[in-house]
Amino acid sequence: MVQLNLPKNSRLVEGKVWPKPGGAKDVTEFKVYRWNPDDGINPRVDTFFVDRGDCGPMVLDGLIWIKSNVDASLTFRRSCREGICGSCAMNIDGTNTLACTKGMDECADGGTVKIYPLPHMPVVKDLVPDLTRFYAQHASIEPWLKTDTRAPGTEWRQSHEDREKLDGLYECILCACCSTSCPSYWWNGDRYLGPAALLQAYRWLIDSRDEATGERLDGLEDPFKLYRCHTIMNCAKACPKGLNPAKAIAEIKHMMVSRQF
Amino acid sequence: MMRTPLGQVRGLGAAKSGTEHFWLQRLTAVANLALSLVFVGVVIALSGSSHAGATALLGNPWIAILMLLFVLSATIHMKIGMQVIIEDYVHDDLLKLVALMANAFFAVVIGLAAAFALLKISFGV
Repeated sequence: MVQLNLPKNSRLVEGKVWPKPGGAKDVTEFKVYRWNPDDGINPRVDTFFVDRGDCGPMVLDGLIWIKSNVDASLTFRRSCREGICGSCAMNIDGTNTLACTKGMDECADGGTVKIYPLPHMPVVKDLVPDLTRFYAQHASIEPWLKTDTRAPGTEWRQSHEDREKLDGLYECILCACCSTSCPSYWWNGDRYLGPAALLQAYRWLIDSRDEATGERLDGLEDPFKLYRCHTIMNCAKACPKGLNPAKAIAEIKHMMVSRQF
Repeated sequence: MMRTPLGQVRGLGAAKSGTEHFWLQRLTAVANLALSLVFVGVVIALSGSSHAGATALLGNPWIAILMLLFVLSATIHMKIGMQVIIEDYVHDDLLKLVALMANAFFAVVIGLAAAFALLKISFGV
């Protein structure tokens, strides 16, 4: 059955309260999930105080400030700091989002910024989840153009109207905010492909240049791979790029039904 | 398990099914919208009615047929809905198999029992 309690060695305990920065006028409290695979200690939530006068306004700025000034062992992924690489996806203030595009002042709860790793994924360390299976799910939908017709000398041509159909799909940065916000993915992530992979599947299904539409639908027609989506819509709510994976999945289901009649 | 992540995700491959259940669940949902209204209407019409009044109402072939359709549609909808819940939450292979079987048996028994009762009352035997 579904496991409602975390295993004993995964349960959260009180963490360390790190000292406030001396002389800081404007301070924001950060509560950050910590776990180190090497020390054998249960995960904990540490409290940090970030000097707002000494860093930028985003949550990622605060995390970098902590790493630089308080605890260099704090571990998280980040790269572009402008919402295009998808590395700094984490659960902030109760919602999966990108730390680099979430402002500290946007966090509710009396100004405390609460940060956990993306939910229901194995944790590598602190805020770094293991996304191996998530990437394999993306690979499994074969996210590339598939054709049997001989490639033209120049480019594959596409009308403006057909190109427009890819808008709202191609922008996905594979940050995993959507899939890890989905209860269906939490319970059946080993068999359900999840919103991110299915959004990408649809991106190729409606690409007018692709010749493997039927084969792609065949690969998805499964009670678990596709039909575990129960239109809960957490994916659309979480997506930091404003995309709607639930709608893309509904379109795939529509295609599945369409080819029956 | 010594299997690559892609091998694990591909697993046993796509079952090439699911669309029929998906369609049938929506089809019966639409049917239930109308049929459950008829059902509620019949229940209201029968409130305070005598046994003779009830058998007379259900003796009307139109009412009886609509009630039979409601039983059929609701039972199919119930069976598929419960199956989805079992598949979602029961992860032990044996337990899942038993639960899916029990669900199928339950739906058939309930559906047939309701249909039998309706027919018996409707035909007045």
